Amino acid sequence: MHPSYEMLRPGKKFPHVWCPGCGHGIVQGAIIRAVQKLGWSRDEMVMVSGIGCSSRMPVYVDFNSLHTAHGRALAFATGVKLHNPKLHVIVITGDGDALAIGGNHFIHACRRNADLTVILMNNNIYGMTGGQYSPTTPIGKRASTAPYGTAERDFDPCALAKAAGAAFTARGVAYNALELEKLIETALTRKGFSLVEAISPCPTLYGRLNKEGNAVKMLQWQKANTINIKAAEKLPVEQTAGKIITGIFHDQETVPYTEIYDRIIHKAQGK
Amino acid sequence: MNKDIRLLQGNEACALGAIYAGCDFFGGYPITPSTEIAEDMALMLPKKGGKFIQMEDEIAGIGTILGAAAAGAKAMTATSGPGFSLMMELLGYGCMAEIPCVIVNVQRGGPSTGLPTKGAQADMMQARWGTHGDHPTIALCPSSVEESFKLTVKAFNLAEKFRMPVILLLDEFIGHMREKMEVPAPGQLAVYTHPQPTVSPAEYTHYGDGSSVGGPYASMGSGYRFNITGLTHDPHGFPTGRADEIQWKMDRLKEKIEGHRPELLEVDQEFMDDAEIAVFAYGGAARSAQQAIREARAKGIKAGLVRPTTIWPFPDQALEEVLRRVKTMIVAEISQGQLLGEIQRLNQTHTRVVPVQRYDGEMLTPNEVLNAIAEVSK
Ligand SMILES: Cc1ncc(C[n+]2csc(CCOP(=O)(O)OP(=O)(O)O)c2C)c(N)n1
Ligand code: SF4
Repeated sequence: MHPSYEMLRPGKKFPHVWCPGCGHGIVQGAIIRAVQKLGWSRDEMVMVSGIGCSSRMPVYVDFNSLHTAHGRALAFATGVKLHNPKLHVIVITGDGDALAIGGNHFIHACRRNADLTVILMNNNIYGMTGGQYSPTTPIGKRASTAPYGTAERDFDPCALAKAAGAAFTARGVAYNALELEKLIETALTRKGFSLVEAISPCPTLYGRLNKEGNAVKMLQWQKANTINIKAAEKLPVEQTAGKIITGIFHDQETVPYTEIYDRIIHKAQGK
Repeated sequence: MNKDIRLLQGNEACALGAIYAGCDFFGGYPITPSTEIAEDMALMLPKKGGKFIQMEDEIAGIGTILGAAAAGAKAMTATSGPGFSLMMELLGYGCMAEIPCVIVNVQRGGPSTGLPTKGAQADMMQARWGTHGDHPTIALCPSSVEESFKLTVKAFNLAEKFRMPVILLLDEFIGHMREKMEVPAPGQLAVYTHPQPTVSPAEYTHYGDGSSVGGPYASMGSGYRFNITGLTHDPHGFPTGRADEIQWKMDRLKEKIEGHRPELLEVDQEFMDDAEIAVFAYGGAARSAQQAIREARAKGIKAGLVRPTTIWPFPDQALEEVLRRVKTMIVAEISQGQLLGEIQRLNQTHTRVVPVQRYDGEMLTPNEVLNAIAEVSK
């Protein structure tokens, strides 16, 4: 039996809702292996998600899990973590979920620096609702609500999170599942708000609308167009333009919100 | 022991009541006229090791308390009309996912930003029907500072027992009114906390049959792993599309209210034994109605007060009985008649139903109610 199986829900919840070739399953595998490497028990894990294809993950992974409302996962997760700081809280969210409807929660969760690890599964599109453009759809790309190409500029989630105060930001791609797994493992061990942006292909919608080919072609494109940040730093800008840069962007030691709050409790109690 | 007698606002009494009930988590966003509740909780909670967090908006406020409650907290938020509107999606989530918490709405004049510093009783229907879909709610409505305390405790107890968000509908008049009250000593009022399961994790079902009311349910991280979702789910909390499981879930939500009406309902009646005119009033308006009835009695008019403190579920049976007995029922509300329709729905005996309403931001006065009583008694 594959070692990941012990972390999956037993019984009737398979097959999953994801399309063949969707990147979300690869990201799920990376998360499970990262937690296994750390040796954390399922009982101390809480997986909180919003709404979207990616946010369906909690049904498959055998943790304590909260599948919340569209965009609101970070608010729920903040409550879980603040009430019981012993729990390891992983937040699963999509680009629409985290950055559009949940954008306000996202920047404030970064600012507040609660000890949460957010896996933002970025497929540059709204998957679950059928391919509408998202805040990370690159300008000019097609979506079901952008039949002539979107006129909006896209967010860089890692830059946004850092600017808002996140302690740790990193990006990986589904193609490079091993790197992604390491990034997630590192993020989980960091105190404070950590973000891993996982670029996850959606062949069914983004791929089809933008003529990127099937799932294999999309992964091959990722392979050819991904540069690790360490390598990228040594290259001239012309060679990194339009590429996906992966790796750790920001890693700062911080005192997480929950610890600061403990100090407040001490102060209030006159200790 | 010395009695703890204080001069308090309704909002302050509400915060004290929450602490008394064991609240250990508050998340919210400030809005007039509810702000004092958040401020008091920010001061009191850390002293007892509890957590207060001011979130970025009301959606986050209710989201964070639902998360905390899933992890085992006794959690609360407080807001007013516009914030209550923002909370509706997650109020429905709390009902569907069966997560206990308390949501206070100190009502102000609306619609929209309306009258921030003036009172109203116009969110009564929103408390019942504000969310989408079919599901019952519980809403309580205090008429005094002391009752703000007691009904806050009751709201927590019902939330824990019925596994759902309970709404406390204050109005600005009660929220900002100061009255003398005796703070109950510990142990004087019953405080209910839901039990934790005793079965093995393998046998545990988070939404097991028969435990929708008063039964044990686990907190996240207590060794019972389970899934919570706002999607219609089976007894284990996993999404379902099966008709029989959907029916089971919907009936379960309905039954926990419909099957427990006697336990949920409380209707205070004054001077009703021989009354020919009944005044139906709740919250701030009930105080004016009370005064008007006393004055009417002094004039020899047989008037009495019917004052529910549980508004949802609506006390159908008690009101039907009153409607059968009296010649006239006056419905006194600080709104355009939010609950008038409920009375008319119950009125099968052609009792005269007369509304007295005020919705200009001011309190409905005793005189206005008295005039109506005098008019119908002619
Ligand atoms: C309040 C609300 N608005 C809209 C929706 C519809 N909705 C569901 S998922 C979704 C977008 C999901 O996109 P993303 O977060 O990128 O996740 P993906 O499906 O691509 O993994 C939307 C708009 C909803 N469920 N709730
Ligand atoms: S629609 Fe796209 S994101 Fe959703 S499951 Fe299918 S491939 Fe994945």
